[in-house]
Amino acid sequence: MSISKEYGYNSKVEGEVIVSRADAVINWVRRHSVWPMPMGLACCAIELMGVGGSRFDISRFGMEVMRFSPRQSDCMIVAGTVTYKMAEVVRRIYDQMAEPKWVVAMGACASTGGMYRSYAVLQGVDRIVPVDVYISGCPPRPEALLDGMMKLQEKIKNEHSTRSLMRGRESRELSYKD
Amino acid sequence: MQELSKQLTERFPFLSARPSADHPAVNCPQDNVLELLRTLRDEDGYQMLMDVTAIDHYEASPRFEVVYHLFHLERGGYLRIATPCEGDSNPICQSVTELWPAADWHERETYDMFGISFRGHPDLRRILMWDEYPFYPLRKEFPLAGEEVELPAPDFVEQTGGVRVEKAPMMGGPFHSGQKGPMSAREPRADDESWTEVKKRGSDLEGEDDKPREFRPTRT
Ligand code: SF4
Repeated sequence: MSISKEYGYNSKVEGEVIVSRADAVINWVRRHSVWPMPMGLACCAIELMGVGGSRFDISRFGMEVMRFSPRQSDCMIVAGTVTYKMAEVVRRIYDQMAEPKWVVAMGACASTGGMYRSYAVLQGVDRIVPVDVYISGCPPRPEALLDGMMKLQEKIKNEHSTRSLMRGRESRELSYKD
Repeated sequence: MQELSKQLTERFPFLSARPSADHPAVNCPQDNVLELLRTLRDEDGYQMLMDVTAIDHYEASPRFEVVYHLFHLERGGYLRIATPCEGDSNPICQSVTELWPAADWHERETYDMFGISFRGHPDLRRILMWDEYPFYPLRKEFPLAGEEVELPAPDFVEQTGGVRVEKAPMMGGPFHSGQKGPMSAREPRADDESWTEVKKRGSDLEGEDDKPREFRPTRT
């Protein structure tokens, strides 16, 4: 008698049923349809546009549907220098996005204030919104942004989505600590 | 270049020549500035107002000078006119919005950065910083790192756990990129990498930090 070593989907045994975990399915769907909200505030936004173009082709990862409305997007890519005057707006737009939502800080400015050590510039967007992925560079290469977005996909993959569906996604703390 | 400013000083006795490394330049008293600019625009062909800005001379008096750059549309070429402001702590200058509507935003910016009030301006509000901001950032006594201030929107401050304007970490800055050499040597670097916010500067600069940079003693 032979013992089956196949752990994958076996149509002879399971028919048209696939057994999985809800988390795995939900996360699989979510991470392959990230709708970015391009928060282009300075020069990094140009690279962001490059990523959206055919040469770098962000649609290979299922993220090409950039929406300029926070209501329709779930990942804010902060690309550029955030001034204190703009910080309020960035936070409002973040608040208007529906859960689940993620934030990517693209470039030195969004991550830390970059070279703008000045009276007018917020020293890192993690002081006002919870950031999931930081991308270094000034500006980051489009490949770096794609790599960051893939890191985000990894992160989404490991979330406890079912639990948060039942109880509501816990509002996350700001990652910046004094 | 000198010729033009010489012609002008001969034609308008209230003008005096102004040292300049590039464009012809003259100093004009505050009371005559509107009359002078009107003449230059209507009779001399300097039809375009390129820029309005100001200079802070810090310890001198009059402390603030407003500087205009005019452009000659037919002949090309710039003309610089500087005029001292009345008052040193609350400087006032005549607005030129009645001559050039374009002066509106230039003067708002100058007001925002230097705190110079323009007499006759239709809508003198801050243009870059938010309305409640209490400082004038381009004045010499204002530190580059900024001053601590509360942000204006209470709901935003509450949601972010009390975010406020903090002094930016200078880490030996300000940052400049070298203008010479290969690209790799031209990325922005701090002026003086010997100190950071944690590792303080040498004792020879103690107590001098609140002075504007160019008024501090230089280190040997
Ligand atoms: S990180 Fe560099 S490229 Fe990006 S916004 Fe800042 S200055 Fe511009």
